[in-house]
Amino acid sequence: MSANKESVGKTLLVAFLVCVVCGVVVATAAVSLRPVQSKNQLLDKRMNILQAAGLYQPGVDVNEVFKSIERRFVDIDTGEYVEMPESYDQRKAAKDPQRSERLSGKEDIAGIKSQANVAEVFLARGDNGDLSRIILPVHGYGLWSTLYGFLALEPDANTVSGLGFYEHGETPGLGGEVDNPKWKALWEGKKLYGEQGEVEIQVVKGAVDSKTPNAEHKVDGLAGATLTSNGVSNLLRFWVGENGFGPYLKRMQQGEVVEQQEGDA
Amino acid sequence: MAEKTKDILLGPIFDNNPIALQILGICSALAVTSNLSTTVTMCIALTTVTAFSNFFVSSIRNYIPSSIRIIVQMTIIASLVIVVDQFLKAYAYGISKQLSVFVGLIITNCIVMGRAEAFAMKNPPIPSFLDGVGNGLGYSVILLGLGFIRELLGAGSLFGHQILTKAADGGWFVTNGMMLLPPSAFFLIGLFIWAIRVWKPEQVEEDTFKMKPHTRVSDAF
Repeated sequence: MSANKESVGKTLLVAFLVCVVCGVVVATAAVSLRPVQSKNQLLDKRMNILQAAGLYQPGVDVNEVFKSIERRFVDIDTGEYVEMPESYDQRKAAKDPQRSERLSGKEDIAGIKSQANVAEVFLARGDNGDLSRIILPVHGYGLWSTLYGFLALEPDANTVSGLGFYEHGETPGLGGEVDNPKWKALWEGKKLYGEQGEVEIQVVKGAVDSKTPNAEHKVDGLAGATLTSNGVSNLLRFWVGENGFGPYLKRMQQGEVVEQQEGDA
Repeated sequence: MAEKTKDILLGPIFDNNPIALQILGICSALAVTSNLSTTVTMCIALTTVTAFSNFFVSSIRNYIPSSIRIIVQMTIIASLVIVVDQFLKAYAYGISKQLSVFVGLIITNCIVMGRAEAFAMKNPPIPSFLDGVGNGLGYSVILLGLGFIRELLGAGSLFGHQILTKAADGGWFVTNGMMLLPPSAFFLIGLFIWAIRVWKPEQVEEDTFKMKPHTRVSDAF
């Protein structure tokens, strides 16, 4: 048997059988584990949203807390709510030329290349049904990688209540410090817009205290991570600006979108 | 026989360590050791893959035509890695996110291929399985050492629990940022190899050439 195992027929047979067996094993594992995996992904995303909104405490049931959060879709150009299927995937839409818009170099300060026409937003409601947080997904380029995160705002659509990134590949210990709770805490209470409604929020070099002019718009950058800090600054300015959630947030500030919501839901 | 089994299983830990002596699997040793919880997962994943790939390759070793043996080994290894990756995504999602591409890269880890080719092709399934476990343990010993030192000095924590209070949080411990970056693992692996060779001098390779004693300049004339 070992004499003729080198023949062409035997070689093809062994190759074929190995492929079939391995294929079946891999397919079985992938298919049977998929439901658990997608549950994990959803849980992970929900946890990040809750963390950005400041609603997450270790040990709470994420899905239970998430019931108070509503997922809505916003047309980027007009800032109005639109209806989308539950399975809408913003990242996929951003890559599809039919459903996204390419950004010119000057507009694209966040380095994201193309912007989906419809973005998701999450609205957190208090026990009495009042809006308590507006949570916006944001992303943009840092130093090495695209940072994905959530920006949580107070109902006035101007005051930051939290910022958190759930996916990035920045240098650990330097740019990776965007995850540092102490740095994230600096964002709380900062205002996005100036009196004329222009985007004012930015990350600056050096400590920001009450004596700094316009301190309410400024956040101290990360030491040793200037480029990541600039990236965070740019991506926020992009997402709250004209090409991002600007039109939507303007409406929210006037209370328009909130009232309309019951009617068009 | 018992003596031989012990040899197969425990030999690779210090006597024939895949990282320190065979210098294989360095890439992942740099990449996943910045904290201990990913390190432990990677060690378990690699040990599982090496053991089972050895077992399966060895079970069909008499049927594998030598002309396609490498690709057959690769297919088996790749399938096992995908299965492990799927399991991690399902039951250890957070850690699989941190390990990201490195689980997939177990396929190209030279230790797995090396053991399949060098041991499993010539030995029966059970010893091959043990050899895989042994080499996985050898890899794990070095990785856990690296992970321990890097996380402790780089972040002042172990398994994510703060052990030393960082200066940034008002303590005394100034973290060493370099420990969190891949190059530090190179230095540490170097020190490990040195330590093992001081302890077991028989691992020191012979010089590939001997330098001649100093010749005087005048000799050239």
